[in-house]
Formats: sequence, C-alpha cells, structure tokens
Amino acid sequence: MAILHALALLLAFQLIGEAATFALALPVPGPVLGMTLLLVAVALRRDLLARLKSTSSTLLMHLSLLFVPAGVGVMVHGARLAAEGLAIVVAIVVSTVLALAATALTVRALLRDDEDSR
Amino acid sequence: MNPVADVWVYLAASPLLWLTLTLVAYIGAFALYDKSRFNPLVNPVAISVVLLTGLLVATGTPYATYFEGAQFVHFLLGPATVALAVPLAEQMPKLRRAWFALTVGLLVGVVVAMVSALAIAWLLGASPATIASLAPKSVTTPVAMGISEKIGGIPSLTAVIVVLTGIVGAALGRFVFDALGVKSRAVRGFAIGLAGHGQGVARAFVVSEEAGAFAGLAMGLTALATALIAPWLAPRVIALML
Repeated sequence: MAILHALALLLAFQLIGEAATFALALPVPGPVLGMTLLLVAVALRRDLLARLKSTSSTLLMHLSLLFVPAGVGVMVHGARLAAEGLAIVVAIVVSTVLALAATALTVRALLRDDEDSR
Repeated sequence: MNPVADVWVYLAASPLLWLTLTLVAYIGAFALYDKSRFNPLVNPVAISVVLLTGLLVATGTPYATYFEGAQFVHFLLGPATVALAVPLAEQMPKLRRAWFALTVGLLVGVVVAMVSALAIAWLLGASPATIASLAPKSVTTPVAMGISEKIGGIPSLTAVIVVLTGIVGAALGRFVFDALGVKSRAVRGFAIGLAGHGQGVARAFVVSEEAGAFAGLAMGLTALATALIAPWLAPRVIALML
C-alpha cells in the first residue's frame, strides 16, 4: 500500500499545482509548483517524508527513462536535422559546457564557508 | 497469410508493444551503464533512443503509434518532478546556508545556457524557428515545450533538443568540473541539474544523495527561472540577430 499512497500524494500535488497555475495564469510550471507545495507540506508534517521516501527514490533513480519517449521524437525531425543538425548539436554541446562551468564557478566563488575544500 | 506477420501487425498498432519495448530498451541500456561502472559517457537515454528509433524506422512504424504506448512513461515526468521535494526536504539545512550563492548561480547559469545557445545557432546559420526552439534547452521536457511554443519555437523539436542537452550535460559534467577543480558535491550537483535538467539529476543521484538533492533543486529552479526569463529575453536576443 505504501507505493499507492505515495503515488496518490505525488499526483494530488501535481494536480493542485497544475490547477493553480492554470486558474491564476502563473508563469510557474504546474509540476514545479506542486513540488514547492509538497516541500511546504513536508516541512509542516515530517511523517510524510517517510511515507514518500521509497517511491520517490525509485522514481528519481530512473528519471532518465522518462526522457526516452521524447528523445525518440528525433525521428520526426529528420529533414530539419539533416539541414541544421550541425548548428543544433554544436549549439547544444558548447552552451551546455558553458552553463556547467559558469554555474559551478559562480556558486563556488560565492559560498562563504569554503564548503568546496572538503 | 503468415501468422507471425498477423501477430506483428496486431501488436505493432497496440500501445502495449511500444511501452514494453521502451522499458526493455532502457533496461538493456541501463545494464550496459551499470557494467561500465556508471561511466558518464555510456548514456542510457542515448542508447535507448538509438535502439528504439532504429526499430521504428526499420519496421516503418510512425512516431505517433510509438508514443501511444510510450506516453505512459512520458507522463511520469510530472509526478517525478513533484517527488524532488523529498530529497530537497532532506537537504534543507544545507540549502538554506547556500541560498545566496545558489540564487546568483541560477541566474548566471540560466542566462548563459540560453544566450550562448541562441548565439551559436545563429552564427552557424540556423533558421529562426530552430533558434527559438533552442532557448529552453536546459528545462525539463514538458515545461520546455510550453516555453518553446510561447516564443515561436517548434515544441516537438524542443523536446528532442532538451533530451540531447540532458545527454550532453550528464555525459560531460564530470569532465568540466574536474577540469575546473570543482570538488564539492553540492556545487557539482547544482550545476549539472541546471544545465542537464532531469538527466543531470539522475546522473547526480548515481554519485550521491547530496549531489542529487542539489541537482533536483537546480532543475526545479531552472524551469521556474527560464519560464519567467525566456519569454522576455529570447525574443529580444533573436531580434538583435535578425
């Protein structure tokens, strides 16, 4: 039953998130709002954490799997990729490396208590 | 008629076959990843996508038929995003101490990811629709597709770009951080979650719970920040180029 409760809880928070972003026309994505609300709920009721733990770990451990269906969509864009594939791939690789580096260096520089020395 | 062919025709049109094959392809790819001792270059998403695309093309199956089955997996992206609240709650004391550094890092990372992608694609002669499709590339799929539509991109192309970005981020993160001498698991996790969204998060969880929690936080915040910034910034950057 644990997995059933956990799944229902996750779906309920996503539902609240989606409903609220739609009704209030918020720029926040529904699941992200759901995550934020669940974070608040867990802070108020610590016992929720134990209930969610094993199901959320399972979902997050295989988070990669969930991207496979969208990735297979590459087959629909054959023509565009033949024409612009190089530009797309170079843009993705270079900008991703720059984003990794810029983020890591900024956060490290600003962390006061030298956590990076561990 | 050949009975095997009959069964194939029947199954190929049903969601069950493609849902099952999606899981089987991923399990096979993950076994290779495991066998490589989680080498970041042996990316399970890339391997699964190649296997499944090859099979679909070889059997002449349209993507829409495939997605009818695979949508059940795709759907779980929503609840999985909500589930990130759990590791976040567990790492709260650490996150609180670092909030200022993380906020500035978030803004720098989001702007660098977006503007550099737009500029490079433009320099290499990509079309305006392709350039716009690249803007939300570091945001998790469902959110990125929504942003893409808003700014004149092609949502389904954005979905592919997002997955490719996640593959690149998860594969190259380690090498970028090692080259820069960034050792903290929290910092590495945050950066890989920002640049590589859910796939960066999955990669970070392979390394440690702490890195995973920071990556999850970064993924959520990047989706939020890009949803706020992209509709304003991307059209202005694109207008400068054209």
